[in-house]
Amino acid sequence: MTDTITDATEPGPLARAVRDEPERPSWDSQAKRVVTLYIPLALFVIVLLFPFYWMTITALKPDYEMYDYAKFSPFWAHSPTLANIDKLLFHTNYPRWLLVTMSVAVASTFLSVAASVLAAYAIERLRFKGAQHVGLAIYLAYLVPPTILFIPLATMIFQFGLFNNPISLVLTYPTFLVPFCTWLLIGYFKSIPYELEECALIDGASRLQILKRITLPLAVPGLISAGIFAFTLSWNEFIYALAFIQSTDRKTVPVAILTELVTGDVYQWGSLMAGSLLGSVPVALIYSFFVEYYVSSLTGAVKE
Amino acid sequence: MDATANAAERLFIRRPDGWLTRMFDNKAFLVTLCMLPTAGLLLIFLTYPLGLGLWLSMTDATIGQPGHFIGLQNFISLSQDPIFWMSVTNTIMYTVVATSGKFLLGLWLAMLLNNYIPFRAFIRAIVLLPWIVPTVLSAIAWWWIYDPQFSIISYLLVNVLHLRSTYIDFLGAPWNARGSLVVVNIWRGIPFVAITLLAGLQTISPTLYEAALLDGANGWQRFRRITVPLLMPILSVALTLSVLFTFSDFQLVYAITRGGPFNTTHLMATLAFQRAIPGSQLGEGAAIAVAMIPFLIVATLLCFYGVGRRKWQQGAGND
Repeated sequence: MTDTITDATEPGPLARAVRDEPERPSWDSQAKRVVTLYIPLALFVIVLLFPFYWMTITALKPDYEMYDYAKFSPFWAHSPTLANIDKLLFHTNYPRWLLVTMSVAVASTFLSVAASVLAAYAIERLRFKGAQHVGLAIYLAYLVPPTILFIPLATMIFQFGLFNNPISLVLTYPTFLVPFCTWLLIGYFKSIPYELEECALIDGASRLQILKRITLPLAVPGLISAGIFAFTLSWNEFIYALAFIQSTDRKTVPVAILTELVTGDVYQWGSLMAGSLLGSVPVALIYSFFVEYYVSSLTGAVKE
Repeated sequence: MDATANAAERLFIRRPDGWLTRMFDNKAFLVTLCMLPTAGLLLIFLTYPLGLGLWLSMTDATIGQPGHFIGLQNFISLSQDPIFWMSVTNTIMYTVVATSGKFLLGLWLAMLLNNYIPFRAFIRAIVLLPWIVPTVLSAIAWWWIYDPQFSIISYLLVNVLHLRSTYIDFLGAPWNARGSLVVVNIWRGIPFVAITLLAGLQTISPTLYEAALLDGANGWQRFRRITVPLLMPILSVALTLSVLFTFSDFQLVYAITRGGPFNTTHLMATLAFQRAIPGSQLGEGAAIAVAMIPFLIVATLLCFYGVGRRKWQQGAGND
């Protein structure tokens, strides 16, 4: 797993030179490089980012500007306003939805990462009989999509008396978080030399001490990856939150925007866009701090 | 006796040898303890619901009513339901078209990013954004982009580029709506594919390309004979995951069209939801969800073995 981290960083100057080498002799002209590399890349970036630009610019437009393309070019906010965001924050339940989403995401992340660390440690390090099969079963569990589980889960949640209670989300999100995190952490544990633990065993450390003093500290990057990933996935989750939560003040942000802000036939695009923008900010912020962890866990998980 | 052995012995002796500590050194106990939370969570909230779903699909349960066993009645009525069959064909088309689009464009983007370009790390970071931002939230942005009156795409085509004379009704007609949904799915899927394939590309040793170049291979041959085969292992896993999650997609369609116009864009997942929760026919919804399982299994096996079987041909030395 450590090699995926080095993969993710820029190659050194030597590696770059070597990597570029095969391309050079066949067509060296700068013009061709622009046409085949920079223009397609620019198009990709523009298309991939445009919806976010459009979201932001719409959220900042006053209503009279938003629906009058003849007088105001739609690509720019001529008289930007915070009215949409203000309306959202102070005249709807939006802060409440953010709070619910945040608490559900944090709680389910902690629950899942804690369960996954223990499971991954047991599967990869304690090497019990059948550990391979358990690992495979957990991998298969990751392949079960929430869309085929939500109906039976809804009836269970109802029987447990947890319907309309965010705790139901904290308990059900691990169905997709635990398999993913376990899978990721098994990879991380694999990269930690077993000899370190053997040394500690010889020195008389107990298994728990080894986990606490040696394995876990070395697996911190893996834990961070699993944690931020689990947080992002919980923040993203939609179908369980849509099916299990009914009352307005307990909804998560994605569900609330679709069900509470979309009212009647006239869509309030300004507040819808402002809501989507604000709802994306927390994950985007975390993402900007931990880009490398995301990339390494994304690619690491697929490589395993 | 030398110093280290002495120290170790002292450490060993100092350790309180209580029953608790001994328990923790018992491997079976420790394994059970470590596996308990995960096994508990997954058995209760994943394995049991899978079984319960099968059972529900054979009952006439509604919300608040456990229902009675009615055998295959739900499946029989579904097989005579044109909306169900349309959702099946929609799901298959959606998966095939969106996955091919994602992988073709994603592979292209990965190969572009594999060149040395200025600010590569930064570009790679912003390119992942569509995948990080919650699907429903970006889908709402697309909904607004597809607005019949104020669509920015129509504006661009009609008022700026003068390529068309009328605004496009993106979500009002069945085929337009299906196409629009596929575009959003591809848009959201490209980053995942590109970044995973980029990781695969970076493990391919440049010396292979040099050798091929010396042997006179052209660009296409190098791509076809070196890049593609060496990318296969990672490609097959990414493809399996992508097919699986596209097939069971729910959020995009629910956010943008909710199955409309006139139930023509339903995927199996959205139809299951609509019948089960707002329609409160839990049994019928569960039957639709259960009907997804064979497709998912076939698709997974097809992707994994169909593509992944080449793995052994290259030997294990490519990592």
